[in-house]
Amino acid sequence: MTLTVTDLTISRGGIPVLEGLHFTLEAGRALVLRGPNGVGKTTLLRTIAGLQPPVSGDVDAPPESMAYAAHSDGLKATLSVAENLAFWADVFGTKSIEAALDGFKLRELMDRPAGGLSAGQKRRLGLARLLVTGRPIWILDEPTVSLDVESVALFANAVRAHLAGGGSALIATHIDLGLEADVFDVGPYRAKATSNHDSFSGDFDEGFL
Amino acid sequence: MIALVVRDLRLAMRAGGGFGLGLAFFLIVTVLVPFGVGPESTLLSKIAPGILWIGALLACLLSLDRIFALDWEDGSLDLLATSPLPMEGVVSIKALAHWVTTGLPLCLSAPLFGVLLHLPDQGHKWVVLSLLIGTPALSVIGTFGSALTVGLKRGGLLLSLLVLPLYVPTLIFGAEVARRGIEGLSTATPLLMLGGITFGTIALLPFASALVLRVNLR
Repeated sequence: MTLTVTDLTISRGGIPVLEGLHFTLEAGRALVLRGPNGVGKTTLLRTIAGLQPPVSGDVDAPPESMAYAAHSDGLKATLSVAENLAFWADVFGTKSIEAALDGFKLRELMDRPAGGLSAGQKRRLGLARLLVTGRPIWILDEPTVSLDVESVALFANAVRAHLAGGGSALIATHIDLGLEADVFDVGPYRAKATSNHDSFSGDFDEGFL
Repeated sequence: MIALVVRDLRLAMRAGGGFGLGLAFFLIVTVLVPFGVGPESTLLSKIAPGILWIGALLACLLSLDRIFALDWEDGSLDLLATSPLPMEGVVSIKALAHWVTTGLPLCLSAPLFGVLLHLPDQGHKWVVLSLLIGTPALSVIGTFGSALTVGLKRGGLLLSLLVLPLYVPTLIFGAEVARRGIEGLSTATPLLMLGGITFGTIALLPFASALVLRVNLR
């Protein structure tokens, strides 16, 4: 389960933001993406997760191998914690939510509606969803937002267990998780506006699609 | 897939889900029309099938923007797009859930509301039949419109403008089935046209909806 990114150029709203990206994520490894706000980390993660097409280059990974966690957790406020998790478990074809409830200390909250949780608890529930997907490659966008120190440790433990089980994780974050992770700074790959001018006007329709 | 149906139905039933919205609107229309046009029973029974169809259509329109907007706001649409479910399946399921929570209650309540409009006795079965065959098309076309406008703030007006013209054929043939049925004429032709529209949209539109949804998620 290796994720390989080859000479990738990505765009946001038709304007290239990052170009010439090269990296490989092996099974059992974590890769931390760093870079200033607005440089295109979220766009990169969305491209890798398949939500938007790259301008050029390739994202190579086995099909149906990635679990994506975005800024928003995708929770339904009127469903309980257990119902939210059970829904995603059904969608991904894994039946048990027990490990996810225990891994993020959600067991005492399991009958509470997700709308009544605090921001940190919602985030924990959103991250617990990763455990029920059963997918080997985690694509995480700022996973520790609104988590306290204890919950960050829970999350780091979950990632460690995932890596030990042969999974891998691509994480965009600004804090130190205490993981054995490689760091990839996307700052130097910022697209040069002039060099991409031609390719943008050549594919002008892209701006409208 | 079944998990998604169950979730959507459960969400519709819970607080703020908007399950009764279409039904309440349908009731309001059928109650107010006799006040507006006067109590003459001959006039009312003549326009009853048309009013029932227009009421059902507008009630359907009322809940369309919720189909994808809520999932888009809380991020679950992104997560569904990266899940093992094919996008065509997701939009079909969404249309099905919309029909079960909106179209089906309208079909079942139409005979009751028909009484308020002096719908002739032999007309009840034709109104229910035409609604049963026609309303799935309303949900499927509406899902397409909702997929087109997902992500737009206050996209409801644009959605109505896009979807209403597409609803016209269904309305014409649906109301025609009921009118002919009441007058004792043959209903085969409009019924076949209505069925054709419904099955055609069910077969083809999910692909278009999935495509525009993928474009909108970029």
